[in-house]
Amino acid sequence: MKIDHSLPLEYSTDQNQYNILGFWIFLGAEIMLFATLFATYFTLFNRTGSGPSGAEIFEITPVLIETLLLLTSSFTIGLGVHAMRLGNKKAMLTFFSITLLLGLAFLGVEIYEFVHYVHIGAGIQTSAFTSILLTTLGTHGAHVTLGLFWGLFIILQVKKRGLTPQTANKSFIFSLYWHFLDVVWIFIFSFIYLKGMM
Amino acid sequence: MEFLERFAVPHPSIAIYASMVAIGLTMIAIVAGLTYFKKWGYLWREWLTTVDHKRIGIMYLISALLMLFRGGVDAIMMRAQLSAPENTLLDAQHYNEIFTTHGVVMIIFMAMPFIFALMNFVVPLQIGARDVAFPRLNALSFWLFFMGAMLFNISFVIGGSPDAGWTSYFPLAGNEFSTSVGTNYYMLAIQISGIGSLMTGINMITTILKMRAPGMTLMKMPMFTWSSFIANVIIVFAFPVLTVALAMGTMDRLFGTQFFTMENGGMDMLWANLFWVWGHPEVYILILPAFGIYSEVISTFSRKNLYGYKSMVASMVVISLMSFLVWAHHFFTMGQGALTNSIFSITTMAIAVPTGVKIFNWLLTMWKGKIEVTTPMLYSLLFIPLFTLGGVTGVMLAMSAADYQYHNTMFLVAHFHNVIIPGVVFAMLAGLTYYWPKMFGFMLNERIGKWTAWLLSIGFLLAFMPMYITGLDGQARRMYTYSEATGFGPLNMISFVGAIIMAVGFALIVYNVYYSTRYASRDIGADPWDARTLEWATHNPVPEYNFAVVPEVRSSEALWDAKKHGHVLFKDSNYKKIHMPNNSGVPFIMSAIFFVWGFSFIFSLWIPAILATIGILVCMAHRSFEQDHGHYISVEEIEETETKMRGAK
Repeated sequence: MKIDHSLPLEYSTDQNQYNILGFWIFLGAEIMLFATLFATYFTLFNRTGSGPSGAEIFEITPVLIETLLLLTSSFTIGLGVHAMRLGNKKAMLTFFSITLLLGLAFLGVEIYEFVHYVHIGAGIQTSAFTSILLTTLGTHGAHVTLGLFWGLFIILQVKKRGLTPQTANKSFIFSLYWHFLDVVWIFIFSFIYLKGMM
Repeated sequence: MEFLERFAVPHPSIAIYASMVAIGLTMIAIVAGLTYFKKWGYLWREWLTTVDHKRIGIMYLISALLMLFRGGVDAIMMRAQLSAPENTLLDAQHYNEIFTTHGVVMIIFMAMPFIFALMNFVVPLQIGARDVAFPRLNALSFWLFFMGAMLFNISFVIGGSPDAGWTSYFPLAGNEFSTSVGTNYYMLAIQISGIGSLMTGINMITTILKMRAPGMTLMKMPMFTWSSFIANVIIVFAFPVLTVALAMGTMDRLFGTQFFTMENGGMDMLWANLFWVWGHPEVYILILPAFGIYSEVISTFSRKNLYGYKSMVASMVVISLMSFLVWAHHFFTMGQGALTNSIFSITTMAIAVPTGVKIFNWLLTMWKGKIEVTTPMLYSLLFIPLFTLGGVTGVMLAMSAADYQYHNTMFLVAHFHNVIIPGVVFAMLAGLTYYWPKMFGFMLNERIGKWTAWLLSIGFLLAFMPMYITGLDGQARRMYTYSEATGFGPLNMISFVGAIIMAVGFALIVYNVYYSTRYASRDIGADPWDARTLEWATHNPVPEYNFAVVPEVRSSEALWDAKKHGHVLFKDSNYKKIHMPNNSGVPFIMSAIFFVWGFSFIFSLWIPAILATIGILVCMAHRSFEQDHGHYISVEEIEETETKMRGAK
């Protein structure tokens, strides 16, 4: 395997470059996936049937907490990748761990939110609006859940194998994924919650 | 017993029981044959675990041909039922199931794998690469497609086929009107193979962008590679829409959500919109690589470079963008208003312009060329007039006001078969014949090949031209019978005869493979067609590593350049060891678990569904922790292979 030392570790082999480009293309597909969910959401937003509307069920406090947790985690993973570029394995692992803990806390609040919705009669079967609301949030939540496991595996690998072109590549790609989930959340926050509460 | 009852077929008939027996016997024969000839190890080592793009391409090809015959049998049954008024060969329910599976099988499980077969096999060779960017992912894509196809195909003997049409419109496809598990099969089988298609899209784009031979800039790529590139870009942006639509349809049927229902705010038209936001680009995913094949074939057998290379690329880019802007023309009559219909009318008609540009480019490529009518060229020559006919009726359908007359009639059926058969199927058969020597080291018989092309064309005209007339006279599609008073009888009989002739044509392909395998010469050299592009610069059949030395390129017709203008393709005459990916069984195992996963969801078996989900996640975790650096082919090994290959000439 040819390693080009003039490039950052995560870009240093051909395969690493393919992986990063391939992942960007995958994120393009993910954008389409969430775009379809958002388009469906906007279509079904007012079709509440006999169920509640968004304004009736949204609560700002848990949503703000979730937003703060996820945005902070995006910042800490950025610091993690920066530490990785500097070759500081210990700092990198610390920042990645903080990221995952924040993600876990986000997920905890989101699960609380879901239980709350079901409790007040806004389950996934209630109306077209609640179906698409919970599906969109759930798809994002499922991505975060998968990311927690993925991130954990990467932390274990970096711990065991050190910063190699392979582990650096995986860590960098994971950070792209995590930032992407953050971007999606910003759209959810703005166009589902804030718009819904107005 | 109550547990087993859910697997029974809701509308059994003798044909279905016979199929069950046939499937059982075939499986026993395959297992017995593999055991008797001790081929299990060979099958596992050489095929089930392979990550070689050429072998994956060949497996796609075999699957596509099998599915062609599965879908073809459906077609013959439909035409037989309609051949006479008030025929009772099939009842309404069976007819519904057959037109549904015919559509799904032909589009998703025949045409898609056929283009993937050629893309997988040809694109890395055309750009001078050793494999695709993600060989392991490529194997996973194939096996997901394969398991999806198998899952769909067991539906008619276990639990019942889907019967809501290949478009599966809600509310018809909802629980209220489709009570059997058939539509669950539709949702999950297409979902599984769709994930595979999406990953192929990512894989091919990365391969084409990053792995081209030195000197091959984007505008020096062969046209088939260009068309594959654009088709894969469409795949990446269209398939997620289908993923979401299918997931919502599945949830409506299994978990009682309200997306497409008729109550609690559900919106049935949302399905139609989402389906066609994927469905129309899908048409171009199929036709663009077909256009790429025609470009290669017409240029090769006119002994001229492709006319209007830049306009070919530009028109494909325009088509790819516009393919996302025409979807509502599939339901002009569903009441979205005059303004919307007008806009979609205009975009639809506009898309004929870049397509027309391509037709003229092919004609001008042939202009003053030394045309040699080989089988692939014959398909291309038949394609141009037949496809143009289909294009013209497409513009007729695009006029939203007139569409009220054509909508849901046989006119529409005639139109889309008129573009798909001469457009996609002929291209795939041309590509099959053209690349056969590259795949297997011998050529298909030209005489039988030309007979096939003529039979398919004549059969096609007989089968589908009458439908234009009966359609205009009001014969509705998807009706399982009609009265004698309508007068549709004789024309439908002609269609049936045409379908039989096409069936003979397709059977001849199988005979041709058999005949040529036995009798064709193996002494054909590397370049039997006197071709122009890079894939013909290596041996037939292609060695594992594709090119012993990475070629250097300076035009879109690298081999022609080398043959006629003295360009040196292989500057570095010393072999170096070559890095290749390792085989892996994980893609096959993971896809098999996906099969179980889909089956469990179809029948709402929640414990197996949870176990299969965990199994899939474990496979992904295994991949994350696995350290696989591939292996090297040594210089001695390369020398040995190269000497042997050259000696065979």
